[in-house]
Amino acid sequence: MRTPFYDFHCQWQGKMIDFFGFEMPLYYQGIIPEHLAVRNSCGLFDVSHMGRVEIRGKDAINFVDFVTTNAVKELKPYQAQYSVFCYESGGIVDDLVVYNLEDHFLLVVNASNREKDINWLKKNLSGEVEIIDRTFEIAQLALQGPKAEEILGKITNSSLSEIKFYWAKRVKVAEVECLVSRTGYTGEDGFELYFSKDEAPKIWPALFNAGKEFNLVPCGLGARNTLRLEMRYCLYGNDITAETDPLSAGLGFVVKLNKGDFIGKPALEGIKKGGLKRKLVGFEVAGERVAREHFKILNEKREEIGFVTSGSFSPSLKKPIGLGYVAIEYSEIGTPLFFLSPRGEELKGVVVKTPFYKMGSLKRG
Amino acid sequence: MSLVPDDLFYTKTHEWVKIEDNTALCGITDFAQKELSDIVYVDITEMGKELNQGERFGTIEAVKTVSDLYLPVSGEIIQVNDLIKNDPGIINQEPYGRGWIIKIRIKNKEELKNLLKAEDYKKHIGEV
Repeated sequence: MRTPFYDFHCQWQGKMIDFFGFEMPLYYQGIIPEHLAVRNSCGLFDVSHMGRVEIRGKDAINFVDFVTTNAVKELKPYQAQYSVFCYESGGIVDDLVVYNLEDHFLLVVNASNREKDINWLKKNLSGEVEIIDRTFEIAQLALQGPKAEEILGKITNSSLSEIKFYWAKRVKVAEVECLVSRTGYTGEDGFELYFSKDEAPKIWPALFNAGKEFNLVPCGLGARNTLRLEMRYCLYGNDITAETDPLSAGLGFVVKLNKGDFIGKPALEGIKKGGLKRKLVGFEVAGERVAREHFKILNEKREEIGFVTSGSFSPSLKKPIGLGYVAIEYSEIGTPLFFLSPRGEELKGVVVKTPFYKMGSLKRG
Repeated sequence: MSLVPDDLFYTKTHEWVKIEDNTALCGITDFAQKELSDIVYVDITEMGKELNQGERFGTIEAVKTVSDLYLPVSGEIIQVNDLIKNDPGIINQEPYGRGWIIKIRIKNKEELKNLLKAEDYKKHIGEV
């Protein structure tokens, strides 16, 4: 599958890879320069491979509230929220962003889970609700970085400063009707733009023209991963899965146990009551080697206490960082950890406070 | 398309070899550096040791992934490129030039016939 920006990716010489059936750029000039562009200036990501699902009908609000763990009923029109779908077991179906768009809800889900999510939503359908997959009609771009507002401001006649973090607005960008939200997954100020896929050939060049003076660069999936990891944002399939729950993953802030009934609530209440057995922690590795996904985590006695879920070199901090589950007694900041590669090599590290990167423009703004 | 110079020998594991009398320079190919993406560290574990053709002599750590390095011909690693110790990104920029990785004292030149020529390597990476 291709997004409406495929020709642009090729034109910019993107290194194309298969990403859950989508031909997507891993990088154009390189992961590190793209990562740093987002931290220091601005980068543009094609995120049209993500799933965009509309929920409509009289009972839409009750339905979305029932299938997600966050408090959907508290959302004001044009407000967005990060959330998760849980199974009855408390295991995670997917993580997503929920938009309240007045007459309907927009759910933005992971590309890897889109079909699974839609099937799961249909299975749990109740009341007068319509589920419409808009993934292939709507394009989505993420403009991320401290210069995002200045760049986007040049090609819209609407005030972007009115859009607060995790809020959206309908504005014209380069004469095109867009839904613009102040969201993203990089730790930087920035916007996500939703618009008809037919307008893709207009929006992409308009953004790069506006961004020329700020050296706006296109960014691939590689930088998207390192940016989110530096912020300790979870990646579905790695840090969160059907075998993990949002409380152990450190996503308790999107689990509203005091709201009405929702799928997974009894299980999550049980996990909370019983106390967490393990926890997703951030770690740094000493030296240059990276503790990658699936490395075992050991304690000082070299007993297995967990496993790595994400590991990478951090372009901002210039050292290896990662996330992994450890038995709860090893989750304190400063706890020494050892990592065992599948080949038996051992690396040494320590549990650290997250986010790893603390200077993002999101915090400054 | 990846750059595959005609005057080099190649391995199926994406190393290149440049023969200079009884020594050889070795690095990784343009194709390999693109696959790995940004290289952040090169660890040569077997410096000064005599190894056989195809044996692992080190590791390349890139942002996205990690990869092993295999000795293209039997011999001893007599030098590691100092430039890449300080700036491994040079391998991404100039995989066949300043981004060479090791110098090998070749034990047996007969083994060169086990390596791929440019045309065969291009076929191997599906770029013909």
